Amino acid sequence: MKPVFLTTDILIFLLVGIVVAFALYARNKPQIRESWRDVLRSKMGMGSLVVLLAFVTVGLLDSLHFREALPASEQQIEGEQHYSVEVLSVLDVVLGEMRTNVEKTYSAPFSAYLFTKETIELPGGGQAREYPRLAFGGIHLSDPATETSSDILSRLVLALVQAVVLVLLISLLLKLWLSLRHPDDASYSYSAIWRGKTELPWHVALYTLAVILFLIAAVYNLGTAYHILGTDKIGQDVLYQAIKSIRTGLMIGTLTTLVMLPFAVMLGIMAGYFQGLVDDVIQYIYTTFSSIPGILLIAAAVLMVDVYIANNPDAFETSVERADIKLLFLCIILGVASWMGLCRMLRGESFKLRELDYVQAAQAFGVSNRLIMTRHILPNVMHIVLIAVVLDFSGLVLAEAVLSYIGVGVDPSMNSWGNMINRARLEMARDPMVWWSLLGAFIFMFALVLAANLFSDAVRDAFDPRLRKRT
Amino acid sequence: MWAYIIRRILYAFPILLGVNLITFVLFFIVNSPDDMARMQLGMKRVTPEAIESWKQERGYDKPLVYNAEASGSDALTQTIFFEKSAKLFVFDFGSSDSGRDIGADIKQRMFPSLALAVPTLIIGMLVYITFSGILAFFRGTYLDLSGVVLCVILMSISGLFYIIGGQYLVGKILHLVPISGYDSGWSALKFVALPVIIGVVGSIGGSSRFYRTIFLEEMNRDYVRTARAKGVAENLVMLRHVLRNSMIPILTNVVTALPLLFMGSLVMESFFGIPGLGSYTIEAIQNQDFAIVRSMVFLGSALYILGLIMTDISYTLADPRVRLS
Amino acid sequence: MNLIRRRAATTGKTTTLIGLILSWLLLTGCSEQPWNSPYPATEQQQNILYQSFEERPKHLDPARSYSSVEWTFIEQIYEAPLQYHFLKRPYELISRTATSVPVPQYIDAEGNPLPHEVDPSKVAFSLYDIHLQPGILYQPHPAFAKNPQGEFLYHELSDAELEEIEALDDFKVTDSRPLSASDYVYQIKRLAHPSIHSPIFGLMSEYIVGLDDLGKRLHEAQEQIRTGDNPDAFLDLREFELEGVEVVSDTHYRVKIKGVYPQFQYWLAMPFFAAVPWEADRFYAQPGLVEKNIVMNWYPVGTGPYMLTVNNPNKEMILEKNPNFRGETYPEEGEAGDKAAGYLQDAGKTMPFIDRVVFKLEKETIPYWNKFLQGYYDTSGIASDSFDQAIQVGSGGEVQLTEQMQEKGIQLLTAVAPSVFYMGFNMLDPVVGGDAEQARLLRRAIAIAVDYEEYISIFLNGRGLAAQSPLPPGIFGYREGESGINPYVYDWVDGKPHRKSIEEAKALLEQAGYPSGRDAATGKPLVLNFDTTGAGPDSKAQRDWLVKQFKKLDIQLVIRATDYNRFQEKMLNGTAQLFQWGWNADYPDPENFMFLLYGPNGKVNYRGENAANYHSPEFDALFERMKNMDNGPDRQLLIDNMIELLRKDSPWLFGFNPKAFSLHHSWYKNAKPNLMSRNTLKYKRIEPVERNEKRNLWNQPVIWPIVAFVMLLIALVWPAVAGYRRHERASAHGGKS
Repeated sequence: MKPVFLTTDILIFLLVGIVVAFALYARNKPQIRESWRDVLRSKMGMGSLVVLLAFVTVGLLDSLHFREALPASEQQIEGEQHYSVEVLSVLDVVLGEMRTNVEKTYSAPFSAYLFTKETIELPGGGQAREYPRLAFGGIHLSDPATETSSDILSRLVLALVQAVVLVLLISLLLKLWLSLRHPDDASYSYSAIWRGKTELPWHVALYTLAVILFLIAAVYNLGTAYHILGTDKIGQDVLYQAIKSIRTGLMIGTLTTLVMLPFAVMLGIMAGYFQGLVDDVIQYIYTTFSSIPGILLIAAAVLMVDVYIANNPDAFETSVERADIKLLFLCIILGVASWMGLCRMLRGESFKLRELDYVQAAQAFGVSNRLIMTRHILPNVMHIVLIAVVLDFSGLVLAEAVLSYIGVGVDPSMNSWGNMINRARLEMARDPMVWWSLLGAFIFMFALVLAANLFSDAVRDAFDPRLRKRT
Repeated sequence: MWAYIIRRILYAFPILLGVNLITFVLFFIVNSPDDMARMQLGMKRVTPEAIESWKQERGYDKPLVYNAEASGSDALTQTIFFEKSAKLFVFDFGSSDSGRDIGADIKQRMFPSLALAVPTLIIGMLVYITFSGILAFFRGTYLDLSGVVLCVILMSISGLFYIIGGQYLVGKILHLVPISGYDSGWSALKFVALPVIIGVVGSIGGSSRFYRTIFLEEMNRDYVRTARAKGVAENLVMLRHVLRNSMIPILTNVVTALPLLFMGSLVMESFFGIPGLGSYTIEAIQNQDFAIVRSMVFLGSALYILGLIMTDISYTLADPRVRLS
Repeated sequence: MNLIRRRAATTGKTTTLIGLILSWLLLTGCSEQPWNSPYPATEQQQNILYQSFEERPKHLDPARSYSSVEWTFIEQIYEAPLQYHFLKRPYELISRTATSVPVPQYIDAEGNPLPHEVDPSKVAFSLYDIHLQPGILYQPHPAFAKNPQGEFLYHELSDAELEEIEALDDFKVTDSRPLSASDYVYQIKRLAHPSIHSPIFGLMSEYIVGLDDLGKRLHEAQEQIRTGDNPDAFLDLREFELEGVEVVSDTHYRVKIKGVYPQFQYWLAMPFFAAVPWEADRFYAQPGLVEKNIVMNWYPVGTGPYMLTVNNPNKEMILEKNPNFRGETYPEEGEAGDKAAGYLQDAGKTMPFIDRVVFKLEKETIPYWNKFLQGYYDTSGIASDSFDQAIQVGSGGEVQLTEQMQEKGIQLLTAVAPSVFYMGFNMLDPVVGGDAEQARLLRRAIAIAVDYEEYISIFLNGRGLAAQSPLPPGIFGYREGESGINPYVYDWVDGKPHRKSIEEAKALLEQAGYPSGRDAATGKPLVLNFDTTGAGPDSKAQRDWLVKQFKKLDIQLVIRATDYNRFQEKMLNGTAQLFQWGWNADYPDPENFMFLLYGPNGKVNYRGENAANYHSPEFDALFERMKNMDNGPDRQLLIDNMIELLRKDSPWLFGFNPKAFSLHHSWYKNAKPNLMSRNTLKYKRIEPVERNEKRNLWNQPVIWPIVAFVMLLIALVWPAVAGYRRHERASAHGGKS
């Protein structure tokens, strides 16, 4: 096994690092801490955060890539090891057979048969047109017509039991942790947690977790025995693809922000703080960029990467690396196409801040501009940045689908919801209709975007001073 | 104010020049004139001579931005960049790489775009304001709560689902309107009906939520509270004060977008086969027709800048205290 | 009170809105046309054929067009001297404007006639004498209009005159003139015109005597004009002589070809050799018209059955019957079975039958397919994904329509297209290419492993034939049955070709030096690169499938996808390893396929169409002999030898020949597919009355869900309004007390 560090992997873990570092920093800042507690105090905030964390976990698991070692061959030179060109991730290992159980072509959810008829040689000679049994889905059943539903039900019951046990276990741990943190407070009893009597709505987190765990357990129990969301045109499991698409969605939503933030924050603050010529130049830059239709910028940039890849074929050993560099560029260009809004807001805000007494005082004392900007202005605009980032996330996830439709999205070989929807357009025209790819993409995308929207609401309520004043 | 507007218009020139340079660079990094020639000449039996002569005919045989062979100002003017950009500033778009006059095409395709975009905007505004007005009016009740939840749910669905679903339902099962296509005159109505409805429904979530916030902000203002305290009926407060005052931020918001209506909607137009400027742009990208892409970017930028100026003007009209300087 | 008024206002608004919608629906309903009809109500009973086009044609100039989309239009307008017989198979050339199919007269270098059976190497030139039918007229067109003094009305338009012109219709006077042999000669000269960029100029200058020279002279003349006082001046081709083409009389011209080139006959059936009047060129060359998009490239002028009256490539193109058409008659005989199929019902009747053909721009396949099902398009190809809806494959592999389609009276036609989609190896590549036995075995192993039968069944729903050689069925040299299979890939089992097992492929791979996909010398895994283009919705599935095929041999396949331009560049530089490409025949002759593998056509070295850069002296020698021969046993023998060489060397995986399935409604007659020519609109006939009845039957609107939805909405809002009113009333009472 040889680990593969894709550029986006590195960046996403860098981002995780930044978030952790920020959390450590914020522990000692009561104001920020309090705002975050506000976020968690809202039930919506708590629930959606748990869902988001589940998505992030999947995404991170899918960001640990490696290439499997090939079995040693006789001719192999001693000490030299060769690796498969197929790049896998830890998530692939976790999902196991869902990746490798590939049928011939379409099959419906939970079906044990192929979706299209095929000519089958009958044992007694002669041929018939029938729906053949699948190679993997429902193979353990001798008579799928009668056994399927009871088999699914029993597996679901098992999943339920597993989920309940796990949640109870987690709630015990939670209770232990909470009572350790608040040794003097008797209100952190087990029943209080479950009834929502604690300061933070831990019960919402537990219920959400229970649902998520149940779904995971269901996938675990059913996923290898059936194709829960059917299979696609070349027989790959749709659920597997939808799960793999999570990483793409998260990448687009987060890396774009990571790319855009430095520009937006630096230029925005500089324009507002220095004013004059600097302001004019920065305003010129962002007006110019914002007046170019974004789609054209994106199309041109995506074509550019294609050229780069075509001209440097040796720089990329595997298709995954190729697709990855394209994804990264897409994020960068989406960032370039969307930093102007935030930049303008920050310019306005720092414009106001620089007139404040303590900034004026600092200037009078001869504190360097750089220091004033980082010490005094930046911390005071962070809430705007945070709100913008959280709000943009869901929009970016949705944008990916549209871009893939226009043909300038992520690489077609990459799993993404946009690509799934794009392919599903053709499937919708079939009769009987193949609806499960569309459904799969819809459910996952909807869940992520809904959670993100709810979370961003909670964040905005907690951080927006205008809103706070009003309530 | 006139001085201000003139200054803004003058200011637009360097921006448009920058836009032009950016598109030019982006496009020519990826597309050499040879690529464009191959694209236009077709796939079978293309000879290098044919490519050379195509380039010469279209003026793509010159250097991109700097002509080292020419002297003086010719070094900058005898280039592809200068020859292809200069005319744009007088809105002379020239002919596309496939040989059609772009100005004529834009004129022709503008109306279908407007036929789709204008009703979507107007009906959309009516629906969003009504809907968010109802939510704000019944704030705090189950209607408001479920409305907001509905908004978030609607917001979380990708626009593509609305299009696919709508087309499937209305066009294929209900047989109410043609699935796609376009016709001029009043018969356009039946073609744009479905895309307009989908366009309105598709952004009902985001827009209504946004308008609701504006309404609520307005409703918490002091003068509204005073009016309410005086015993003016809630619905009157809503209509006379809140609605009227909320219209200012809403309208100024819309004004920026007005000129861009000409550009059409990329996805809607290509899904519904409406021959507007949005699908024109997509086709140009897909066919790598640089002349059209450049013209559309230029037009888009010019309209955007126009929108900004119009917003400024509308601020002064809406609120006489604002002085443009 | 206030409240009631406000409520009345809002409900009033909604009722007006609903009323408006309803009245509009009723209005459209009154015209007895289904609501979802995309066409004006006045058209519903007319003799109009509705077709679609997916992409706007780039060129409608017959010297320049070279794609099926473009030919769909111009083949109805411009007439070449020859055409293919509409019904007979194999494809047979017959006359169109000519009186008969010309038979070449061979001459030697001194101009002495030679007998027809002479050894081709002795022939210096072939003469093609083409005699035209008399009395053929051009369509009415302003370019022909003259004033009483006999001067052309519109050839020197003044600025004032130009101001009133926006479209071609704005010219008040039109006229016509008889077709002349000089028009055909004029068009051949146009092939050499420097600014027309005819795609076949390079090819034809190798054959037509003096064309190359004419090209050079025209280029010089053009340069002179460009640098002269009047850069827009018209370059009049009539002033230039072309040695190899001669106008003998008004109805007779002669073409002189270098050596023997039997395929020239086929070219005479293509628009490149159609008649173009010089008046049209002169007329369209006026700069004032060029600015208005009124150019030769957009408004064709011909003698054919139809003329282009509306050309709005953003929306629709309309062909209208040419009133001056000479009145060709429907063929009286066809191949066996045509009578039973009803293709001879119109025998001897004057064509064309349809008054107008409307082509609508339709970019998305789904709306297109649905409109076909609703009866708004008369014919349809089938997208792979609509296939199951339309067609069932019977137990013997025969195809038939599903019941749903049969109920609608839809009919199905199939034909194997004269095209091949192949996967090529770049023979210049050090790993997969070259003449080494190792590489050859590797290629043959891959040929076994890539299961095109499965590809056809998954991606084409069986609409294809796994190819055994570069020649598709229907082309001379193609062999059916056991003698036709590729013995390196298939076995003949139970009367059917059977792909060899993967074990055999693995054995070959081991012999090639890659046991289990590892280099025998170093143990390195064998990694191959596959270059492909396109990013359609289906491409991921296809790429994944291909990776799966190579995995069967433990070969690791890396897909390198780029756009078409980049792909072309790679092919030109020879940096590709494996690639996929297709070829669509220009004419039904084996030469048109075999030349794709002819060494001197190599893509990298000679910029030809041999993308695999295959170069086998033996094959090349055979090809040179084969290409000029008449069909017969000798030629078959040569072709068999060539194919054997190809199978052994395996520069291509022969891939598959697609089958064209087309559906049409019951009111569409004479639908027999003809894949060689596209001038077939004149043969088609429709029954508008039957069409109208069915459209009405199939498109009944369903309204109740809308009504139900509105009711639901009211039901949802009502409790809140009621609650509010209660609250209001209560507080009002409270306020008073």
